[in-house]
Amino acid sequence: MSNITPQEIKKEFLKSKMGIAGIIILTILISTSIITIIIIPIETFQEWNNPGSWITYPKAAVPVWINLFLAEKIPEHKILLEPNIQTISNNEINLTSYQFNLNFNYDQFPKDFIYSYLLEYSGSPLLQMSVIRPDGVRLELVSTSLPHSNLKIIHNDRVFSTDVMIKKELGLQAEKFEFGINRLSVEDIIFSKTELNKPLKGNYVFLINFYEINEESKIIDSKLIIGGKAFGIMGTDELRRDLAIGLLWGTPLALFIGLAVSIGSVVMGLVYGIYAGFKGKKTDETMMRFNDIIYALPALPFLIILSVTISNSIFVMTGFLMIFGWVGIAKVARSMSLQIKTRGYVEAATVMGQKDSKMIFKHILPQLLPYAFASIAISVPAAITTEAGLSFLGLGDPSFPTWGQILHDANTFGAAARGLWWWIVPPGIMIAITGLAFVFIGNALDSIINPKLKK
Amino acid sequence: MKKYIATRTATMFGVLLITLLITILLVGSNMDTILKQGIVFQVRSEIIENPAVAESFSSVKEFEAFIQDRTDQRIKHLGLDEPWYSPQRIGLTMYKIILLDFGQATFLTSDSGSSDVKDIIFEKLPKTILLFTSATVIISIIGIFVGALSASKVGSTIDRITSSFAIISSSFPVWWIGMLMIFLFAFTYQIFPARATPDIPASSPEYLGALLYHMTLPLITIVMIGFGSWAYLVRNFMVGIMQEDFIMAKKTMGINQSKITYTHALKNAAPPIITILALSLSGSLGGAIITEAVFDWPGMGRLYFEAITVMDLPVIIGATYILTVFFLVSIFIADLLYGYFDPRIRSSTGE
Repeated sequence: MSNITPQEIKKEFLKSKMGIAGIIILTILISTSIITIIIIPIETFQEWNNPGSWITYPKAAVPVWINLFLAEKIPEHKILLEPNIQTISNNEINLTSYQFNLNFNYDQFPKDFIYSYLLEYSGSPLLQMSVIRPDGVRLELVSTSLPHSNLKIIHNDRVFSTDVMIKKELGLQAEKFEFGINRLSVEDIIFSKTELNKPLKGNYVFLINFYEINEESKIIDSKLIIGGKAFGIMGTDELRRDLAIGLLWGTPLALFIGLAVSIGSVVMGLVYGIYAGFKGKKTDETMMRFNDIIYALPALPFLIILSVTISNSIFVMTGFLMIFGWVGIAKVARSMSLQIKTRGYVEAATVMGQKDSKMIFKHILPQLLPYAFASIAISVPAAITTEAGLSFLGLGDPSFPTWGQILHDANTFGAAARGLWWWIVPPGIMIAITGLAFVFIGNALDSIINPKLKK
Repeated sequence: MKKYIATRTATMFGVLLITLLITILLVGSNMDTILKQGIVFQVRSEIIENPAVAESFSSVKEFEAFIQDRTDQRIKHLGLDEPWYSPQRIGLTMYKIILLDFGQATFLTSDSGSSDVKDIIFEKLPKTILLFTSATVIISIIGIFVGALSASKVGSTIDRITSSFAIISSSFPVWWIGMLMIFLFAFTYQIFPARATPDIPASSPEYLGALLYHMTLPLITIVMIGFGSWAYLVRNFMVGIMQEDFIMAKKTMGINQSKITYTHALKNAAPPIITILALSLSGSLGGAIITEAVFDWPGMGRLYFEAITVMDLPVIIGATYILTVFFLVSIFIADLLYGYFDPRIRSSTGE
């Protein structure tokens, strides 16, 4: 071990391309985590495992950007939230009209559509739904009256594209198409060209009208969902969850696990090793035997048993990972402190009657710090992959969307067999990139501390 | 040397006992509950199967009391009336396990139908050894050659490619690469089977061939991820040795560069390499749990995983014991080899 000042390490580190690459990746990851925590609502994190909160999303949809590489564009899943509202009053009849504009430029028909609304009304308003297509054809879809009520009530309902009444309404307008529409599904008719059954591109306007007599209704919330096969930047999984959100939340979690485990185990190892080396004799012997025992325990089987029998909470698991992480560092720290102990100034301090704690913190610990930083960086990837591996086996904390958890779900739903690559590839790449950042930093530090390897 | 072996053996045995003890302490209370439930179930089914006994009771109360009585008798007979943490029981369990008597599995059975934990484990163990030993051997051979090659040309393109490949490949989890490989070579291009368990019975003559064919994909994956870091390690050892005086002397004598690399330098790098080989053989067994789960390879790792999923405690304890034994034996061998090659170690601990 050589004496290098922090300034020298900094200077050397900035010269190393690897180290800088590591720092850049790490900075990106950290800023991603911060942005995630600030911008993405915390509910998405808590509701990750609640299927109810993902109901409006599509099932196993490909990422949207895939359309850039395809000649035949896959329809995007669209959730239209803000309609244009028009109110017309004519004597006794009040008409409130909600218009959703949809830009449809895809080569396949959408999967389905759902109109869901929350309406406050009294009396019995009439709901009429129609669509004005890019070619100017207007199709009537629904015409129904809502259940009568004397008092003001809040009515929550959905209109599904699979409703029989839509099919019936369309059957009455069959003459607008030059081909038979009886056997086609509703969305294949609405979005079709009139001369042949191919998707018609352009701007669609969905009109939802509520008619009332002498009464006024108020929409509290309404949305039109056009079911597609592509969604978001990272697509969705079988449980309709937006993978982009899972991957983003995985970043701070992975950094937390990796850093907590490595810092924890390095600090434990340092303290243990330095103390053993500094005390020497019997203390050293006993402490090192104990170290040998922990070293010889098979880590993964034990981690599995611990997570099954005690707890699989992410914080407890972090602690368990620390138990197996500090051993190697303690060994090195001990031999280093043995060396330092024999140096002149340390012996001089002993003769002067310095306290043990002061000796350790003032003379020995600072010497070991560069090594400690390198080991922290080097042990992060192992901590992240081990946690991911445990989660992958289904032993992780299910309430946290870690990358390992996402891969576990992917494996459970047979993503590989079904070709859902967007569910498998990104989490693994994120694990690898995070690991790489720390390996880069660790290697760069290591080659400064151990110059022999540099050549 | 004798004393060195003796201390090491004692430490290893101590570790083995401690591992067992911890395992039993962790799963013991659950195990007790399961055993007692098993006895109650057994007693009930015996009575139900025997209508003559069942009809002799006049009331439900009497029936329940009889069952309770029988159960208590058996529990006492088996020594289960003492709490699971009593020293005698833990001692007895440990004694049995050391003699490889793991008892009966609760749910799992071996392919031949036996529910004896020992049978199950010894059926799976050879398969794990087959896959991971061949993988480690292939990895070390490729690793040593690539490592020696890049050490002989430090700073060359080959050296840089090896080093960066080593660093990059080591940050990917093997099981994730496994998922990708299955996705690519079992489903997109249907070259290899997705499940690594052969679907023909073990007794048929084609079984070995099928097993090897099913082994290809996991083997390729493990080797692909593993050899990079081996090559890097060997390279670093060799680079250290190449700077030693005796190599420099040989260079000035005009001996062929590749001869120096492959004979003199490699020979001197051998001790640490062999030591690491012994260690990585056992390390690979530990990592087997996840890899086997991904590839569905019918070995110890998958057995362990299945046992955990259904909480089959005798199997968990047995498998942990066997894994620990393997792990310790290889650490032991590595230690001995290291002490053999490097006398300094021997003298410092043997005093």
